[in-house]
Amino acid sequence: MGQKLLMKGNEVIAEAAIRAGCRHYFGYPITPQTEIAHYMAKKLPKIGGVFLQAESEVAAINMVYGAASTGKRVMTSSSSPGISLKMEGVSYIAGAQLPAVLVNIMRGGPGLGGIQPSQSDYFQATKGGGHGDYRMIVLAPSSVQELYELTIDAFNLADKYRIMSMILGDGVLGQMMEVVEFRDEEKVETYDKSWAACGHDNKREHNVVTSIHIDPAVLEQWNINLQNKYQTISGNEQRYELYNCENAEIILVAYGSVARICKGAIKEAKEQGINLGLMRPITLWPFPTEGFEKIIDIPCAFLTVEMSSGQMVEDVKLTVNGRKPVYFTGRMGGMIPTVKNIMDKVMEIREKHR
Amino acid sequence: MAVVFKAPKALCDVPMHYCPGCTHGIAHRLVAEAIDELEIEGRTVGVSPVGCAYNNYLYFNCDMVQAAHGRAPAVATGIKRSLPDNIVFTYQGDGDLAAIGTAEIVHAATRGENITVIFINNTIYGMTSGQMAPTTLLGQVTTTTPYGRDAKLNGYPVRVCEMLSKLEGPAYIERVSLHDVKHVRKAKAAVKKAFQVQIAKKGFSLVEILSTCPTNWGLNPVEALKRIEKEMIPHYPLGVFVDTELEV
Ligand SMILES: Cc1ncc(C[n+]2csc(CCOP(=O)(O)OP(=O)(O)O)c2C)c(N)n1
Ligand code: SF4
Ligand SMILES: [Mg+2]
Repeated sequence: MGQKLLMKGNEVIAEAAIRAGCRHYFGYPITPQTEIAHYMAKKLPKIGGVFLQAESEVAAINMVYGAASTGKRVMTSSSSPGISLKMEGVSYIAGAQLPAVLVNIMRGGPGLGGIQPSQSDYFQATKGGGHGDYRMIVLAPSSVQELYELTIDAFNLADKYRIMSMILGDGVLGQMMEVVEFRDEEKVETYDKSWAACGHDNKREHNVVTSIHIDPAVLEQWNINLQNKYQTISGNEQRYELYNCENAEIILVAYGSVARICKGAIKEAKEQGINLGLMRPITLWPFPTEGFEKIIDIPCAFLTVEMSSGQMVEDVKLTVNGRKPVYFTGRMGGMIPTVKNIMDKVMEIREKHR
Repeated sequence: MAVVFKAPKALCDVPMHYCPGCTHGIAHRLVAEAIDELEIEGRTVGVSPVGCAYNNYLYFNCDMVQAAHGRAPAVATGIKRSLPDNIVFTYQGDGDLAAIGTAEIVHAATRGENITVIFINNTIYGMTSGQMAPTTLLGQVTTTTPYGRDAKLNGYPVRVCEMLSKLEGPAYIERVSLHDVKHVRKAKAAVKKAFQVQIAKKGFSLVEILSTCPTNWGLNPVEALKRIEKEMIPHYPLGVFVDTELEV
């Protein structure tokens, strides 16, 4: 078994990235994720890597674009306002089909908002905060151990599909200290990168990394190829956790740190003789529709809980597609839903479905 | 028969899309000749801008990466930091480099990023049909300054070499012109030197090339070359602004 350490969520992301073979990090400071940069600044130069503090998030994501073009494993991280600035580069990375990893430790918005945890960037992450028909793989960890596992996976998936993977966490996860168990050896998967612009050494035709295709027929075909790739990912990579769903009266749907609070509510409900379940999406894109099919007949209703005004609930509704009622409760602005908030809503729903 | 003039190897054998009389083509040739003479094509990665030269990845035979508008210096930074022994250059217009990409060029320069920047100053946004650029001269008529650029409304034209030469990062900065053969020769030497500076790992190098846009200036090619000499050079003086080799 591997080494067990008590670590902060943000630092675990950085350590996992290094273990995944990432030697290039470009970023710009913003709370509540800056420990990732601190960790990288300390460690990367000692192992032959590059940590560079960029002049802005715009520059940082474009440095990522450059490094990814050479075929190197590369990461940047930020929090909500900074992620908005990165959206230009995210779209270009999608268009040019480059593998890279982006971390968003979300805080409350809109605008400068606050620095407390939030999940209000779900739409931006899963529906395309940048322009164009594109997707990112969006992974939503809910523990420090999972921050480690999913960061490793993020790099492997990015390389496998030539796509940007996003770790979508919130300030609770980033700042939380938990025990994490590292593997002695990492499963770093290697994929063909013969497309990379790294100098042709007079041995092959020149490689071009680009997102521009002026001829609409060519651009349409490029888009069709992208959509086919997204479909493949959707078929292969859906992940979710089902918790206590057998015989559940109501199934809660929540991701990230909110899913932990939901587990608290499930325990509390059990004491009151109420059986609640939890569907926890781990991939937010692709949304785990397969998981819903397994549980669709069980509850009388679904209750989505988020630290937002209700964003993921739209995907839950699309997936459930009228087969069961779907309810929502949430808090905003950096306020964290409590077990009581959830139980109050549960009671209201039970009343309706008596 | 001896060949006295041939296409550079570092240019692909494809027709270019530039307008007749546009000096973008000459600037490409100078970059390609430098790459040939220094025998670096195999380890060079170029970065294409957004502007009329957006698809010069089709023209340069080395590996190429197309960047978002103004971000070429950041993209080049990512490439160079990943491949420190490769040669990395950007090719950027004045809208790309001196308006939307000002932050990226200033910070690449001040970091002394070991890249080469080929900067095409044609005092206009060529690709989007002739709007004001940060380099547009006072009084110059463009599609967005139909009454001429007015300092009260639009401020003053930016002198990029002068501005960047105040920083400590750059190792070599020169402004050249393509308005006649003599100056094209000088421009060629400057472009080659900029690459040599990078090969020697001395730091940031930039060559500003005064260039024509006959199409959007409303001039024929000969008049356009004359405009560089008569109107641009007085505001954008030619010369070496930084050369750390010359410093004692
Ligand atoms: C983000 C963004 N904004 C605006 C544009 C539109 N645009 C394309 S080229 C260009 C101006 C380029 O001018 P310059 O850099 O001077 O190059 P030139 O065409 O003169 O060589 C603009 C504004 C764009 N492609 N992307
Ligand atoms: S529009 Fe101007 S800069 Fe662009 S190719 Fe034509 S002449 Fe050259
Ligand atoms: Mg221009």
